[in-house]
Amino acid sequence: MISRSLHTLLLLGGLLGASLTAPVAHAGKTLDTIKQRGTLQCGVSTGVAGFSLADSQGRWAGFDVDFCRAIAAAVLGDPNKVHFVPLNSQQRFAAIQSGEVDILARNTTWTLNRDGALGLSFTGVTYYDGQGFLVPKKLKVTSAKQLRNAEVCVQSGTTNEKNLAEYFRGIGVKVRPVVFEGFEASFKAFFSGRCQAYTTDISGLAGVRNKEAPNPDDYTILPEVISKEPLGPAVRRGDDEWFAIVRWVPFALIEAEELGITAANVDKIRAENKDPAFTRLLGSGEDTGKNLGLDKDWAYRAIKSVGNYGEIFARNVGPESVLKLPRGLNNLWNKGGILFAPPVR
Amino acid sequence: MVRSARQRLLAFLAQLALAALIACALAWLGQNVLDNMRERGIRAGFDFLVEPAGFDIGEGPLAFEASQPLWRAFLAGTLNTLRVGLPAMLLASALGLLIGLGRLAQHPVPRRICDALVETLRNIPLLLQLLMCYFALASLLPDASHALAPAPGVLLSQSGLFLPAWRCEDSCGWSWPRVDGFGIDGGWALTPEYMAVLIALSLYTAVFIAEIVRGGIQSVSRGQIDAARSIGLRPAQVLRHVVLPLALRAIVPPLGNQYLNLIKNSSLAVAVGYPDLVSVANTSLNQTGRAFECIVIVMAVYLSLSLLTALLVNTFNARVALRGSP
Ligand SMILES: N[C@@H](CCC(=O)N[C@@H](CS)C(=O)NCC(=O)O)C(=O)O
Repeated sequence: MISRSLHTLLLLGGLLGASLTAPVAHAGKTLDTIKQRGTLQCGVSTGVAGFSLADSQGRWAGFDVDFCRAIAAAVLGDPNKVHFVPLNSQQRFAAIQSGEVDILARNTTWTLNRDGALGLSFTGVTYYDGQGFLVPKKLKVTSAKQLRNAEVCVQSGTTNEKNLAEYFRGIGVKVRPVVFEGFEASFKAFFSGRCQAYTTDISGLAGVRNKEAPNPDDYTILPEVISKEPLGPAVRRGDDEWFAIVRWVPFALIEAEELGITAANVDKIRAENKDPAFTRLLGSGEDTGKNLGLDKDWAYRAIKSVGNYGEIFARNVGPESVLKLPRGLNNLWNKGGILFAPPVR
Repeated sequence: MVRSARQRLLAFLAQLALAALIACALAWLGQNVLDNMRERGIRAGFDFLVEPAGFDIGEGPLAFEASQPLWRAFLAGTLNTLRVGLPAMLLASALGLLIGLGRLAQHPVPRRICDALVETLRNIPLLLQLLMCYFALASLLPDASHALAPAPGVLLSQSGLFLPAWRCEDSCGWSWPRVDGFGIDGGWALTPEYMAVLIALSLYTAVFIAEIVRGGIQSVSRGQIDAARSIGLRPAQVLRHVVLPLALRAIVPPLGNQYLNLIKNSSLAVAVGYPDLVSVANTSLNQTGRAFECIVIVMAVYLSLSLLTALLVNTFNARVALRGSP
């Protein structure tokens, strides 16, 4: 839509204007700006169920949203001091480059090209995903290989668009992409029958199916997983201090799950448990915050406000949510998954 | 007014200096942006255009697939813009003329219909009309395996309107559309995305053209018409030989503006998934990160298309303008 293209253009205009005056970000600058401003600017999707969705009062909720809240709690002491900026697949990188958002937490796949060429750095992986296909059950398709001459709805500017072309060329099956700029138009076209399949990350498919479908039971996700989609937050390049904060808050939340610390029991554990692994994380012992330019209680506040990684997962995308996604790869390393946080010490 | 050679030389030099100044300023701005982008770790430059695109383009006169270079994707996108823009100009002009005449009709029925059409269409944002048109097409038509066959060799479904096409690959022959797998293969396809953009763009522009036509015709003075009648011309002849040629003077310049608008409005196509220039540029922009470069290309193409349209309209206008009139 024109207003969206315009948006990108404005952001670029900002880059042009800013470039005439402002110097490049220096270490620590982002944190200072956020503290001065009093709110964290967090770029999220325009509305993917489970990841970032605003309710009728405009209150945002979701997996990506919770990581922003955790960071706001760690940095500003309040999980509500976040301003969410909805961005479609197109706008997201310009928004982080131009400084409109401090962090991009928007089911974005970490790739070499994005890490290397876009002036941003991914701080880690918060959700290990892969790309799949959603199809109407009435087509009686059981494998993506059967989608000969099908039309596949996909959103532009995503890794999904490229994987789609690559995958079907690889298996020698012809399909036609129907590429939409907006998320809503893309799934509406699919549900109206315009496309025989819809493709994106499986987490996104679960949201599209369970939240947006007229009747979720009429649709099924095919077994093929055609790519690796490690989703994680990204920050503007060139500010190592800010990078470290955005990298370590999720690690702290994973560590909290490993130690069995939850939003509910964190106060009790902080008061009673004298084990150094606990006191370090919760700010009642050794000060880990000083390594990040934060105070002692940074991780305590993050856990207290959104819970540990497992709680965030369960609430937004797991069994307690409409998505009902299994933990799978996103389980702790000692529980069959690949989540492995470096020691917070 | 006669100017001396010296004056003309001075004027020319002044113009040259101004042009040079503007060029320098633009170059400086551009360089500044590129430098700043590099400093922020954003890769910059136009070298990405020769790299493989990595994405497919679903339709268009220029076949395009992922392994081909990006410049070709931009070309395919530009052709797709023209593929919908040019027919829309023709359709909009024809419809505009009809509706404009309709609004001047003596009979109240066609007049009211045309009035209503103009008032509704020009007061609803084009984007909404486009989305409405698209989702109406997408949900009213049957799916590909139940395609309608309104005529032999013609298939109509959610995948689009398929017509037989004359193809030369290994040998020449007719390619007939047929249902194959989950879609329709062969023939010549007009997708719902294309049809929606074409219809919405033509209708929307047509009502503005209708108003221009009406205004132009009303600007022809009564005296001319009475004179034509008094020499015994029939009403149709009056319209054709007197009113329209005179009205054209008032119609052509604003008509040119509508054509320019139409070209620019075609960029809304990306909302319904039609792979026009903007859509291709947005995708490339996002896949390569070369936002600045991609936007420069889009602006250059639209500017060229607009200048070309303006040139054609002005040339035509110079022809129809009455000699001796200001
Ligand atoms: N992980 C992929 C895809 C992410 C993506 O943009 N997915 C879509 C479909 S679920 C989306 O989030 N759209 C929401 C929007 O544009 O607001 C990527 O990073 O390119």
